[in-house]
Amino acid sequence: MKPEYKIIMNMINEKSRVLDVGCDDGILMEFLKQNKNVDIRGIEISKEKVQTCISKGLTVIEGNAELDLKQFPNKSFDYVVLGQTLQAFVNPEIVIKELLRVGEKAIVTIPNFGHWKVRLNLLIKGTMPVTKTLPNKWYNTPNIHMCTIKDFFKFSETFNFKIFKSLALINRKVSNINYSNLFIKNLFSELGIFLIEKSDEN
Amino acid sequence: MNIKENIKTIIIKKPLKLDCGKIINNFPLAYETYGSLNAKKSNAILVCHALTGDQFVTGLNPITKKDGWWSYAVGPNKSIDTNKYFVICANVIGGCMGSFGPSHINPETKKIFGTDFPVITINDIVNAQVNLLDHFGIKQLFSVVGGSMGGMQVLQFVSNFPEKTKTAVPIACTSSHSAQNIAFNELGRQAITADHNWSDGKYTSKNNVPEKGLAVARMAAHITYLSKKGLQEKFGRKLQERDDLKFGFDADFQIESYLRYQGSVFVDRFDANSYLYITRAMDYFDLVKQFNGNLSNAFKNTKAKFFVISFTSDWLYPTQENKDIVIALNAIGTDVGFVEIESDKGHDSFLLDVPDFLKTLKNFLDKSYIE
Repeated sequence: MKPEYKIIMNMINEKSRVLDVGCDDGILMEFLKQNKNVDIRGIEISKEKVQTCISKGLTVIEGNAELDLKQFPNKSFDYVVLGQTLQAFVNPEIVIKELLRVGEKAIVTIPNFGHWKVRLNLLIKGTMPVTKTLPNKWYNTPNIHMCTIKDFFKFSETFNFKIFKSLALINRKVSNINYSNLFIKNLFSELGIFLIEKSDEN
Repeated sequence: MNIKENIKTIIIKKPLKLDCGKIINNFPLAYETYGSLNAKKSNAILVCHALTGDQFVTGLNPITKKDGWWSYAVGPNKSIDTNKYFVICANVIGGCMGSFGPSHINPETKKIFGTDFPVITINDIVNAQVNLLDHFGIKQLFSVVGGSMGGMQVLQFVSNFPEKTKTAVPIACTSSHSAQNIAFNELGRQAITADHNWSDGKYTSKNNVPEKGLAVARMAAHITYLSKKGLQEKFGRKLQERDDLKFGFDADFQIESYLRYQGSVFVDRFDANSYLYITRAMDYFDLVKQFNGNLSNAFKNTKAKFFVISFTSDWLYPTQENKDIVIALNAIGTDVGFVEIESDKGHDSFLLDVPDFLKTLKNFLDKSYIE
């Protein structure tokens, strides 16, 4: 189980309606079902993984978040979770908009490209960084839109959504991120976890 | 096909108003069951058969002496596990395996119905077979499952009887028969009615069977059940028991011989008029129109959990049409899962040994089942 699953769980209210976008083999779904008694659905692009989820008794549809989120009505879920896949979409801004349309709130996690090891890797070696959270080479990575925690903050301003909570994961420890510690957190976090909501004026 | 004493039948006394306006009553509904009903009557699965299927889902079909049409999926320890579930399947009305159909005697004229049999719809078929639930005293099914036309019945069943099933599995089907679907069915019907032996549907009284027409209908339909890739891999341009082309119109190619064989065995087990009636029922199926263009409304009263399955190489009921069902269900927050199974066996995939499909169907049912 990924270390951020517990953090995500703590952001979610009991018995709420949750959609896990890119639910993979359903481990987070099972975890949330057991601990928060949520009504949870998943959407997953891989046929094999959908079949794995079905074998666990989870409700999952095969689909692509960029194309298939539109079938869900506005605010049909309390939370929509997008775990470490925002950077893999062709149009992350459309995906974020859709998440915030379908869900009252969205929980987005991103592998932080601003981590010092990533920066050092590029600076010293002069090659695209390969780290624990980013294990692929440049040519076979699914991540086509890498971003940093700082980028995500800017992204929220540009696309006008509210960041309710932003947490950093550093060596399995969780801490808050705010504008005053952003520089440091952006340097040391492996992962950023954000609870976001559509701004009222949108 | 007169030896039908092995067929279980109930007589439905309650009048059934058909979509065409006619009312039928005291009519037979033939069925078969597998496994046993538990004390709580909570383990029943209604299986709905496709166009040319019948109630003999699995094991040896006592009439045709061949394996049941869904022997891969239904049986002890199989996807629909008859050690666990009580499987019921009814022959559709309009059919030719014991249920009320065009080969029956019209009580008014004392003659075989033929084309005097009323045109039936998927809705009528479902409304007839729901009587089996009362017959067994089942208030709620555990599941209703079917592929192709069987899937259409699944959708119609849940729509008509939203509380009568816990789960629903429509497979390789559609909510509205497409122009292409209707076109292929019309081709089949034209082949039958163009056969001189069809005699306006009165062939039985003339001791005839429109064999050629029915065989051609089956051949054309059979092509639509397979994929181009599947056909190419299985037959390619292989020749049939000959070293070279014969410059004639015999079956030079294996695919020709195969289709001719499929046509010829079909006429032994299927009635030409039933073929007309059932294909018509499929063509008339349009759940979208029934609910004024909003398919979601068909399911708004149900709490059933759905699982929709399609196949990559099915071009007769392609994935998008199955997905439209999923979209309609998601639009109203219904509990729906969906997967497209990789297979090059075309529309027929649901009937064949496609392990991913069989495993996934089993997983869905077994995980959804609470005694």
